[in-house]
Formats: sequence, C-alpha cells, structure tokens
Amino acid sequence: METPLTHNISPGREPPDLAQYEKAGGYAGLRKALGMSPAEVQAAVKESNLRGRGGAGFPTAQKWSFVPMGDDAPRPKYLVCNADEMEPGTFKDRMLLEGDPHQLIEGIIISAYAIQADVAYVFLRWAYKLAARRMEGAIAEACRHGYLGKNILGSAYSLEMHLHVSAGRYMCGEETALLNALEGKRANPRAKPPYPQVSGLWGKPTIVNNVETLCNIPHILNQGAEWFKSLSRSDDGGTKLYGVSGRVKNPGIWELPMGTSIREILEEHARGMCDGYQFRGLLPGGASTDFVTAEHLDLAMDFDSMKKADSRLGTGTMIVLDDKTCPVGMLLNLEHFFAQESCGWCTPCWSGLSWIEQILQDMEEGRGRASDLELLESHTRLLGPGHTFCALAPGAAEPLQSGLKYFRDDFERHIHEKRCPWSQT
Amino acid sequence: MLSEQERREIEAHARHYPNNRAVCIEALKIVQQHRGWVSNEGIADVAEALQMKPAELESVATFYNMIFRKQVGKHVILLCDSVSCWIMGYERLREHLGDRLGIRPGQTTADGRFTLLPNVCLGACDHAPVMMVDDMHYQDLDPPRIDEILASYRQEEKSSDGNAADS
Repeated sequence: METPLTHNISPGREPPDLAQYEKAGGYAGLRKALGMSPAEVQAAVKESNLRGRGGAGFPTAQKWSFVPMGDDAPRPKYLVCNADEMEPGTFKDRMLLEGDPHQLIEGIIISAYAIQADVAYVFLRWAYKLAARRMEGAIAEACRHGYLGKNILGSAYSLEMHLHVSAGRYMCGEETALLNALEGKRANPRAKPPYPQVSGLWGKPTIVNNVETLCNIPHILNQGAEWFKSLSRSDDGGTKLYGVSGRVKNPGIWELPMGTSIREILEEHARGMCDGYQFRGLLPGGASTDFVTAEHLDLAMDFDSMKKADSRLGTGTMIVLDDKTCPVGMLLNLEHFFAQESCGWCTPCWSGLSWIEQILQDMEEGRGRASDLELLESHTRLLGPGHTFCALAPGAAEPLQSGLKYFRDDFERHIHEKRCPWSQT
Repeated sequence: MLSEQERREIEAHARHYPNNRAVCIEALKIVQQHRGWVSNEGIADVAEALQMKPAELESVATFYNMIFRKQVGKHVILLCDSVSCWIMGYERLREHLGDRLGIRPGQTTADGRFTLLPNVCLGACDHAPVMMVDDMHYQDLDPPRIDEILASYRQEEKSSDGNAADS
C-alpha cells in the first residue's frame, strides 16, 4: 500500500531537511510543474479528483478555476495555506507540518503557480510551536536554494512565502474569517459572494487550501492523475489521513486509501475498544459532524458515502463514544465549545448556542424538562445552513441533531430520573 | 513607548504585509512576549506605532484567545477541555491541578508562579488528556505525571541554570 503523504515521516524523528527531501524525490513535482502552463497544472489536479481535505470536500481544481487569470487579472494574487487546525478531535495537519514541512512548501509553490499567485501565507495556529519552528526553518532553506523568491529555479515565476502564527480562535479556520485575521482584524466571517477566489485578501484574488490538500499536490504532479486515483477505493482520488481518539486500544493516525471503511479503521488500526468499554457511536470527522452508530460501521469513509448516512467525512478524525461516557455530557462539552468559540457576528449562533449549552447543562444537573427535547430539536433547525454567515452554527447542530436521534433514550432518562445516570452521586 | 527591541521585531514582521494594520496581531504577541501580558499601556503603545485607534486595537486584542489582557503568572498552564480530552477524563486532572495549585481555572497562584486556563483542543487527541505549559506540550497525562511536571517547573526556578522541562 502506498503512503505518499507520510512516506518521509517517522514520528519522534527530525523531519527531512532540504537535501534529504530532494533525495527522496522531493521538488521533482515542482520542476515538472514549472515546465507546464498554469492551465496544464490545474488540468492535472482536476483529472486527479482531489477534493479539499479541510472538511468540506470541495474539488480543489474547481476552486482554483474561479481565480481570474491572464494579464488583466488583479495583482497581487494570494495563496493561503490553512494550517489553523482547531477542530476538536482533529490532529492530522500537525503531523504533516511537523513531519515533512518541505512537502507542504512544495505543494504551496505548485498550487500558487497554478493560479499565478504572487504571495503565499501559511496561517498556523499558535499552539503548534514545533510546527512553527520547523516551517520557519524550511521556508528559509527553500529561499536559500532558489525554490522561493525571484525566478524560481530559473523560471519566470516568482513567489514570496510568509508564516503567520495566529493568536488563537477556532473561527480563524473558516476561510473568510481567516482572511480577516490575516488583515489584522477580528476573525468574523465575510458574506459570500464575492468569493475569495475573486475578492479575498485585501480585495485581491485569493485561494485558501488546507494543509493535507496541499501536501497531495506534489505527488499528483510527480506521479500523475491516474496513479493518484488508483490509490483510492472511491471516486475521490488519493489517500486520506484517518485518526481515532477516545477509549480505543490504539488511538492514532494512519494514511489509508480514501474510502477505507469505518470498521477497518476502528478495528484493525485502532484495534477496537479498550477492555471493559462498549462502542456506542462516533463522530466521523471532528466535532462538527453527525454521529454514526454500529449500523454504519461498514460505510466507506469518503465524502459521498458519509453524506448518504446523513453525516460527513469532515476531517476524517473520529471521536469514539463508549458506554461509560454520557452522550448528553459529551454533547454539553461540544456545545460549550461552539458557544464559546462563536464569534458573535450572527444572532442564531451566539444566542442559540449558549441557550443549547444551558439546556444541556440543566439536563446534566437534574433540571431537564420534558419540553427540552423539542426545544433542542427546534434549535438544530434554526441553526441549520442558511441562517448564519458561516458554517460554525450548522456544524454545531450536526452532533446535536444526530445525538437526539440515536441517544434519545439517554436524554429521556436524564429528564425522568432528574439526574445524569452516568454521574457517580 | 515600545522598546527598541519590540519596535525592531514588529518592523521585521510588518514587511510581510502590504499595510501596517495587518501586523497588529503579531505586534500584540510581541509586546506580550516581552511584558508577559498586554496592559492598557501595551495597547496604547502598539496603537500609536501602527497609527490605529486604541479602541480598534482593543477590539482585536480581546477577540483572540492567546492575547492576555489581564496579568498572568510566570507560567501559563493550558489544560485542554475539548471533547477527546473530556472523554479521557480531563475533569479529574482539572480538579487535581486546582487542588495542587490552590486555584480554579482562570486564576493565578498567590506567588504569581502559575496561571491555570482552560483551552480548546490542542491537536494531540490520540494522546489525551493533554496540556501545555508555556510553549511545551505534555501528553497522556494522569495525576502523578501532573505532579512531576509541576515539580519540574518549581525546581527549574530554584536552580540558577534553569534547566528546561522535559517534553
């Protein structure tokens, strides 16, 4: 089984420096790309069926295709790498940032070339201190060796790259909020349209791509779209970083073919539940995805299959709920997070989420009322897509609406028994 | 007034952006690094240097989790309270840390040594529960490990050469 993204990564060891990265075949994809036209690079990525790995799964080449090209296009154009990994339960981009920074840098340069960007920013979350040091070192190394700066590798193409270390807020992961943060403002989302591809950073054409998405690009250029598609077990090309956390025997992260089943990830790689714990359900791709349960274990973890089960692939990092953990308590933890991280821009979000948190808190402390279930359900509808500027509130509604469906008996027990059945007292 | 060092560091970052305003978050971080936190004076100094209104800069400063607008202790403990750490029993660690330090989340010890803050997911969920102390990450935590870590910071302050804590 091929694992292009993690091929150079060995946990606990220093990442490859530039010479080692080149020796392992690094920057060959960039050399190839520079011999092609930007349109040809975009076509190669389109052919590969690469879909964005930040959570939404938008086809990468299609995103790029909206950027104005040619001599009349507004300048400068920007390429932003979204490395603001803050989705609870998600720890995949950190491995790529720490483990093989040159792979990411090469992916950024090729992608920037494809849209003819002049400046690239890596928007990194503040907590990733080791990643910041390694990225900074690798960017400087790439500059010294002519991979960045003026006339890259003797071509007519030039690109500046800067690392921006955020001051921390979940909202910054949202693409338009991230642009506001880069401009030195509060990270509130922007109305779309205009889309960032046309009017993004400082009003100029801008592409925002996730770390894992960008790390795939050198391999697509180097080994071709057909090879990339052959790595996958589904229609989406490539491999995927899948993670598991919670009460499993071997929590961790693995690069596997896109479309690997939940069961295979959970049982073969995470080696099943810890002794004495039973599986009840899981959030398949971070905090803002719908629960799936035992009946869904044979689903393929790809964008379309997970959608058919009314959930989402999201970030592909699963959070497992066991029988000794209270589902209402878990939802309280999740909704507290979303309420706290809401930027306060849209009323349904800041008001609705703190209301939801209060209802769940009451239920956990024995003050639940029979009418609460209906109230929570109405909130999931009011927070659904279309009522807010960004996806934070709809994302917060996903675990709640599916939790109400799959763990209804547990909610009712809280109300009838006037206490949390899992609490010790 | 900004110190020479602060000014130089801010200017180096300002070159990465097409205008002065964009560097304001970095500038706040630089001031915090040198002064421990961002006081009203810190806001005024940065605002003046970047030709921003203090109130405008304040609205940015208070938005971001890691800009401290209140004084913090010498070491800031950030305990992850997000979902994977919650499942793995972070609440027990919060109680333990609170008992050992004699403070609740959001407070600073009387000797000014430690501030305890809850924090969102630190991105090491396969090694939950986790926390950070200043720039260091600590994983797979349990109460005995917490005691070791706290002792190492107390020890570090006593020893003149200030050995760094382990990871």
